[in-house]
Order: sequence, then structure tokens, then C-alpha cells
Amino acid sequence: MSVLRPFDKLPALNSAILLLVGSDEGLQQKLAEAMLREKKSFRINIRIATSLPLPSEGDHLRPRIDLIAFMIDIKSKYSLRNVEASLAYVDASFFLGKVCFLVTGVGRLNCCSVEMSAIWKLREVYSSPVLFCELELEGIRVATAQRLLRMLEICAGLIPGVSALYFGSLMSRSANF
Amino acid sequence: MAAAGGPPSAPRGLTGRGFKPRPAGNGVGAGTVMEPRTLSGTGRPSWGLLLARGHGPLGFSSSSQLLPPENTDPQRIAFLLRKQWTLYSVTPLYRFSNAHLKNYSRLLSAFIAAERQKGWAVEVGVELDIKVAVSSLPDLKGSDQDHAAILVELFSRSPASQKTSEEKLIWSGWFCCVCGDDFFENVPEDFTCLPLFLTNGAESYTAIVGSWFQKTFDCCFHRLAISPLNLSWMAAMWTGCKVDKTASAMELIFSVPGLLQPLDISYAIHPEDAKALWDTVQKTPGEITQEEVDIFMDCLYSHFHRHFKIRLSAAKLVKISTAIASAHCDGIIKFLQSQYLIGVLKLLTELAISQIQ
Repeated sequence: MSVLRPFDKLPALNSAILLLVGSDEGLQQKLAEAMLREKKSFRINIRIATSLPLPSEGDHLRPRIDLIAFMIDIKSKYSLRNVEASLAYVDASFFLGKVCFLVTGVGRLNCCSVEMSAIWKLREVYSSPVLFCELELEGIRVATAQRLLRMLEICAGLIPGVSALYFGSLMSRSANF
Repeated sequence: MAAAGGPPSAPRGLTGRGFKPRPAGNGVGAGTVMEPRTLSGTGRPSWGLLLARGHGPLGFSSSSQLLPPENTDPQRIAFLLRKQWTLYSVTPLYRFSNAHLKNYSRLLSAFIAAERQKGWAVEVGVELDIKVAVSSLPDLKGSDQDHAAILVELFSRSPASQKTSEEKLIWSGWFCCVCGDDFFENVPEDFTCLPLFLTNGAESYTAIVGSWFQKTFDCCFHRLAISPLNLSWMAAMWTGCKVDKTASAMELIFSVPGLLQPLDISYAIHPEDAKALWDTVQKTPGEITQEEVDIFMDCLYSHFHRHFKIRLSAAKLVKISTAIASAHCDGIIKFLQSQYLIGVLKLLTELAISQIQ
């Protein structure tokens, strides 16, 4: 029953750590590989979990997590329920810009099993940005990887003058228009 | 939302392309991807109109009407029941007139004959003489503003049986619109709204009849798929409906994704059990909310999980059958109860309209 906290560990030098939480491990793997293939000026470490809480025995080995991306597959209601259950194990200060929701399967509304309003609700309640993508398509996967990488860079504090909170509020304001 | 991500800006029915019903969009292709902007930019889903449950900012606030039993003459629509109908959405027809139905059947049969001269063959080797009948079905209406449904039938007369003038129905299709005026506003005068097209018979006939309508009335056909989300709405709505006779079991069919071989799971529930569950879930009679549908389905899923340790919520709902009707996600429907036919058609009209808008 350990709650993830953003600031209880010291950051490592010039590196950023992303945690991907979602029920489809295959897609997570593909996205992680796409992110690792991108060119970047810092070290990244991607951790994959199907759900939270993370096992507490590995706590002391786990580095500080800079960004959590919750993956929701629009074709599977279970993925949404899984994310909703996992959110309880995230400390409130994470929601100051260090969480995002990644909604995949957007190209196939005919297979849609998740009510879109449930996703808007998540965005409102957790005041975190929602990214839409289709991870099964190569091109969009690469673009999503680049977006996530840029967000991760900001969340890890590697971009001078832009904090995660500033970026998060910028994203939420643009989503309202 | 455009069907399967087709160009949404195409003017309603003013395209002159050949008849090509678009597939339901199950495959992953570049063409099927909706721009993420469309979804994230508007702040509410583009298909929020679906089932008349306009969402508040957080959803779950609005409702949809339960299907009321209708007073249509069961005799005259009995031939629509217990048949598999494939669903299409149709953009409004330009300059269609009920007064010229006889003319239309003549023109359409001439068109079919001409196409066959060009080498089109449905059944090779059999010389069929095809007769076309276009008629109106005035019973299938939700309100007075609705246009009467139009029935198109193709009969074959083989040369051998010509003497006995025996005709065999080989294909039928009908256009209809039930309570379409609730959703369709500001349609120009020359246009007739019949957004739902249902066919039964060989697809080659559907293609040829469709291409004639497309050429003649400047309309456009798309396959109408039903998403798992809408299927679960139908399951919940139809569970709550009263049926006189001993009802058949409610059946939900799921397909499990991510496997090399297709695996389907069939989940059958005794109709009375399903009704009892629904009655505990539904708060206001005559109204259904998204939240209630979610609870109903989650209850069924968790029951299944308790017994079989399989999470159905991770699978795709592909087909539902109830005593009222059965529906498949590829856009195939079978009506089973004449008194609920109008109600089901209203729902399908809504889906068709939301697809072409």
C-alpha cells in the first residue's frame, strides 16, 4: 500500500524517469521502444507497470519518478477501470503537472467501449492533460513518443524556466478552448 | 463524425463517385485515424448526440427515452421481423418524390438490365429476369414529420417458371426515418431525409441498387457499424422492455483481442434475472443514463469474473441478442418484436444521423 510521491527522493543527474501504467503491456513496450529510439540530450529510464500500487519491496531501488502516463485503450473498458483504481495510489502533489492520460485507439470509434465523457471527467477531476493517439500505427506512435519525451524533459526540470506545474496549467488552459 | 474517418467535409450527397459502401472501419489503416484534435479540441465528443444523451461537462447527467410500445399494425410489418438486415447510413436524397415510385421501379429495373448487359453477373449461367418494385411503407413512422419508409424489392422470374408467373423475392431493402426531425434541422427543401437503409440479400444487388440511388438522388451510402458502447446501451434498454411471451435468453457475445486465433465468449443470462438486475439499477422509469448502463454492464462483468476469472470488460462486445432484437457490431440487426420495431428504428436512425453529420 505504498503511495507514489514525486519528491521523496533525490533526482539523478541529467536523467528523467517515466512510469507507464496500463493494462496492455504490448503497447507499452512498443511505445517505450519508440521513445528510446528518439534522439535526446539526457538519459531516460522507462518503467512499465500494469497497475498501481508498485510492490513496496523494490521501493528503495526505485529512482524518483518524474512523469506518470496512464494508458487507456478506448476499446477496452477494463483499461479505464484499471487506471481509475490505480490513481488512488498516486500522491496528490503528482497531479501538479506530473501526470498525463494517454488515450489510444482513437482512430476506431466504431470499436469504442469507453464513454468519452468518462475521459473528460478524469481530466477535470485530476486536472491532468489528456493525449490522444493510436499506438498501433507507427507514425502516430513516433509522434506520441516525441510528445511524451518533451513532457518528460519538462517534468524532470531539464528545461530552464519551465516547470511541470507551469506546463500543466498551460496544457489545461489550451484544452478549454 | 465521418464514417470511418472519411473526408468529413464532403457536401451531403453531392459526390459523384461510384457506389462504394465504406467498410465499418475495423482495420488499422492510415485512413481510419481520426485527427486527435477533433476530439481534444471541442471539449465534448463529436458523437455526443448519440442516443439523445447530450453530455454535460462531466457526462452522466442526461438521459435517453425508453422505447415505448408502439401501435403499428403487426400484420403489415411482419415481413421485416426475423430477418438479418445490414445497416447503412444515407445522406439526404435530392429531389426524391413519393409520387414517382412507379417510375422509379421502371427506371431501376432498366438500370439493372443495362448493368447486366455490361457484364455484371450475380449468378453466372442463370438467366434471371429481374423485376423491381418500389413501394411506400406508411406504417414505419415515428412522427408526422417523418417521411414514409420506402421499400425496394427485387424479384426474379426464371424463364422456366415464367408461364406460371412465379416470382421469387431475391433482395429487399428499405429506407426509413423515425423521429428524424429531432436531429435533422434545416434540411433544404428539395432534400428528403431517409438516413437509415437496411438490406437483406446478396451484396451485389445492394451495390447496384445503391449506385442507382446515388446517381439518381445524389446521395452517399456508408456501412453503419454499432460500437460496443452503443451495443451495451441497447442491451440495457431492451432488457427493461416488457415482452408478452416467454422471452428467450439475453445473450452477449464478446471477442477477445490480442490472440492469434479468434476466441469468442458467449454469455447468456436468463431474461428475468437480467430484468431484475436492471430494475435495481434503473432509478427513474422511462429514463436511462450512461451511469446506469455502466453499472448494469459492470454487474454482469463482475458476476462473470467471479465464476470464470475472465474480465469481460477487457474484451470487445460484438453482438447482443435480446427478446426485442439482436444487433451485431458490424451493423447487422434482426428485429424480433413488432411492437418495439419503431423504438429500435428510432435508435438506429439516431446512429445513422450521427454518422452522416
